[in-house]
Amino acid sequence: MRTFPIGGIHPHDNKEWSKDKEIEILELPDEAKIPMIQHIGAPSNPVVKKGDKVLAGQLIGQSTGFVSANIHASISGTVTAVDAYPNGQGQRRLMVVIKREGDEWMPEIDRTPDHKRECTLAPQEIIAKVREAGIVGLGGAQFPTHVKLSVPDGQKAEVVIINGVECEPYLTSDYRNMIERAEMILTGTEIVMRAVGVSRAVIGVENNKPDAIAHLREIIARDGYSGIEVMPLKMRYPQGGEKQLIAAVTGRQVPPPPALPISVGAVVCNVSTAIAIYEAVQKNKPLIERVVTVTGKELKSTHNYLARFGTSASRFFELAGLPEGDVKLLNGGPMMGRAVVDITAPLIKGCSGLTVLSGKEAARGEELSCIKCAKCVSACPMGLEPYLLSKLAKLQKWDMAEEHNVVECIECGCCSYTCPSYLPLLDYIRIGKQTVMSNIRARAAASNKK
Amino acid sequence: MNQLLLTVLTLSVLGAVLAVVLYFVAQKFKVYEDPRIDDVEKMLPGANCGGCGFAGCRAMSEALVKRDNIASLYCPVAGGDAMKSIADFLGKTAPEKAPQVATMRCGGTCQKRPKVNHYDGALSCAVVNTFYVGESGCAFGCIGYGDCVAACKFDALKLNPETGLVEVDADKCTACGACVKACPKGLFELRKKWPKNRAIYVACRSKNKGAVVSKVCKAGCIGCGKCAKVCPFGAITVENFLAYIDPEKCKLCRKCVNECPTGAIHIENMERLPKEPKAPAAKAVESEKRIEPAKNE
Amino acid sequence: MQTRLFAAPSPHIHGGERTRQIMGDVVLALVPALLVSTYVLGWRVLMLTAVSVVSCLVFEYLIQRFLLKGRTTIGDLSAVVTGVLLAFNLPVGIPWWIVVIGALVAIGIGKMTFGGLGCNPFNPALTGRIFLLIAYPVQMTDWTTNTPDALSGSTLLANVKAGAMPLSDIDFMSMFGGHMNGSMGEIGALALILGGLYLLWRKVITWHIPVAVLGTMALFGLCVAISDGGAAMWQTPLFHILAGGALLGAIFMATDYSTSPMTHKGMLIYGVGIGAITMIIRLWGAYPEGMSFAIFIMNAATPLINKYCRPKRFGTKR
Repeated sequence: MRTFPIGGIHPHDNKEWSKDKEIEILELPDEAKIPMIQHIGAPSNPVVKKGDKVLAGQLIGQSTGFVSANIHASISGTVTAVDAYPNGQGQRRLMVVIKREGDEWMPEIDRTPDHKRECTLAPQEIIAKVREAGIVGLGGAQFPTHVKLSVPDGQKAEVVIINGVECEPYLTSDYRNMIERAEMILTGTEIVMRAVGVSRAVIGVENNKPDAIAHLREIIARDGYSGIEVMPLKMRYPQGGEKQLIAAVTGRQVPPPPALPISVGAVVCNVSTAIAIYEAVQKNKPLIERVVTVTGKELKSTHNYLARFGTSASRFFELAGLPEGDVKLLNGGPMMGRAVVDITAPLIKGCSGLTVLSGKEAARGEELSCIKCAKCVSACPMGLEPYLLSKLAKLQKWDMAEEHNVVECIECGCCSYTCPSYLPLLDYIRIGKQTVMSNIRARAAASNKK
Repeated sequence: MNQLLLTVLTLSVLGAVLAVVLYFVAQKFKVYEDPRIDDVEKMLPGANCGGCGFAGCRAMSEALVKRDNIASLYCPVAGGDAMKSIADFLGKTAPEKAPQVATMRCGGTCQKRPKVNHYDGALSCAVVNTFYVGESGCAFGCIGYGDCVAACKFDALKLNPETGLVEVDADKCTACGACVKACPKGLFELRKKWPKNRAIYVACRSKNKGAVVSKVCKAGCIGCGKCAKVCPFGAITVENFLAYIDPEKCKLCRKCVNECPTGAIHIENMERLPKEPKAPAAKAVESEKRIEPAKNE
Repeated sequence: MQTRLFAAPSPHIHGGERTRQIMGDVVLALVPALLVSTYVLGWRVLMLTAVSVVSCLVFEYLIQRFLLKGRTTIGDLSAVVTGVLLAFNLPVGIPWWIVVIGALVAIGIGKMTFGGLGCNPFNPALTGRIFLLIAYPVQMTDWTTNTPDALSGSTLLANVKAGAMPLSDIDFMSMFGGHMNGSMGEIGALALILGGLYLLWRKVITWHIPVAVLGTMALFGLCVAISDGGAAMWQTPLFHILAGGALLGAIFMATDYSTSPMTHKGMLIYGVGIGAITMIIRLWGAYPEGMSFAIFIMNAATPLINKYCRPKRFGTKR
């Protein structure tokens, strides 16, 4: 069975906590706070003001560049504020606040439940629709999807890879989508294949989800989706990383930056993103909701919700029943999720799950000294030397960190996870990465001036 | 005997030949270095702190000797007098700069700015800053893990465990600027150093609206602008809901201190003005003029 | 109970493996060899091992507590590993006070002067052993307590080297199961191999260093046998792998984390170096055994190997 070539770890996935919970449609929130930045790239410009009436699916944030994404109202109602509010990390971001009145949708959105498979649009039209709908990578990276689908001149796509790996422990939103909304995924895949002009697509699924693999295969055979193959992959974290998945599926490694996945002919897209693409292209529905896993060992109940963006995180925690005592709330899973310190923060596009760890689970072990066991080196899926990068960042040797390719770190956390001395390796590497990247940008800006 | 002689002879000849070789090699590879560089280096403090912008004192003294115009070169650690004597030694004009001191502009103590979460990662402000605002709700305030303390080579900074804030020892501070670079929140500023370490500054960097600030911190600047109105020297500007006292214009009259509703304007090594009913502006300036020179010794 | 909201950068979970656990695994892997040794050589083995372990722990504690005035880390069990390995490198007849001196050198000079666990450039147990070998050469090479009968006072390696014992006389089965001629820890090949397999299974070590060391030694031995005209074709390699400290060194000493390279490629180079140097010393050097010196020399080369053997970056050809 295939997998990616170097590094990786085997964390307990604990997906059994929530994998059998069917997708529930979360009741509409009374108020939605919708950030104007939910993607990588330039923030969007709000195009509504206080007092405006909006419908669900109406454009409220206009993208401000190619690498940017539109933002739509997730509920219908009145805009009560366009102001800065804290996100999950307490950072204040521009958000549009909508007070809900009923549930009225934009008229052009097709809300019928029938599955619509046939698509005769030209690639450019598909990409335009995806861009219009404000679709970003829903696996967590939030990279605008229309950018990915626009194959640059001189490059050629050969295969579409649909990411159903969900290697992040605990999370099951992609799994539920594969079980319950397989047709949408497959039609979405067909649309992506059409948009980038290839005849082959591979859905990569880790072998800890055998029923998802079987179900997808069954639908493919039943409905005759030609050119789409489901490939079981050996369970290993971080297989869902874009470069790791391409290597696992095609055996080709994307060269170091500035090369992009397209340089090896691959276009990668998450299963949830494929659903969003289906809905945008076939149903004219912009991206206003997603499936979110709410999970944790000590929660009273776990869920997979279909929820509108802008719903307050506190609503999810209320419904799931937070445990007593110390907790750590995460936007995402336990390996790559970000700690949430403000629970009034809204649900955003990239949030595939809300994980709750008890204080005991979350507490970090006592730091000891590095014994140079090289476990981090063998765990690093990018072939870097985490112990060294971490030390260089701590000593602020930015030039040396750059020489040792700190910017290639994908922040998967395998190094910190394996370290027997409990060193916060990634904490420091991240500083190194951010500093070196800004140094590189500054150099580029300086040379552009000349 | 013969053997002994031979040995001695061989070694002597070898030594002589090598000495000649060494001499020529030394001549060939000789690098001329201005001897004044050594002298200037001795006049510099030798802390290698990088406060001048060079890698160390040696690099600085090279620059001082080689450049014709040294107006842009200044060692904050050595201070104006030392720079003047170096300039006199080199026969150049000394750069002039008033002495400065690092100032930490956050007054959000543990009491005034309560912690709302418990940070459990690597103990470094820079790490905290990579992913969230910090343990208090304020996105601008002191994180309190002492990156600046670690960066300070002169032992001038201390983390006060009671307030959770970093304090500057003005006598030890050399204004090298290492803390200014180290603080991820940009809380440090090199400000004019007054006699007896007196100082007035706004101890807040929050650009949030007043209502947002007062929600998370009782000591923050809410941008009310009262201080700017009362300042007789036009030294205070309010921008982005944040007051700033220009150290070059401020005359330490302390009027603003009494006006500030949150106590965000800090004074050091001075008494507050006695609280008095609002006096007419003209009188205030006059009384200020009286106080200013008399206030020192 | 007041609820606190925790915050930290990702990752938020840990694999759970601790330094102490790794060190505990190493100690556990050394137990079979200790049992064999006790069975063959008697209770004195246990006594000396205990002396070594206790003195290593005590010295580490005292140095950290009173000299460095810092946190004590004897709980990580690394001093226990050093203690056991040091004892394993000594002859069973050695006076106990020499063991204590060896422990002092191993912990005090070999480990703590460099900053403690993970910072030492040389294997501490080997530092102790080499110091003792130079300081107390008589006691360190006195094997008479081991076996009072013929050819006593010498290890197998020394006997073969001196030509006192032809290779065809060697009883390979006893070398495998447990023989009398050697340091406390090196006489039961099977037990050492078992320990090595346990470490491999627990993923404490990888196969690279032991295989590189032993493979090089076997190949070297084979070449020597061929150049000798084909005599003892299989005996020479097998003898060199089983005799002396080859297995103990290759499996337990050379694989010490802080003194061995980080990448697999580096580990192979390091292992080949150890194997070659050992054989050169064994065949042509002044000492009958060269394992400890070989590891010591390659320890010194480790930073250099680390510098030039970088891991293969994702997406690059090499």
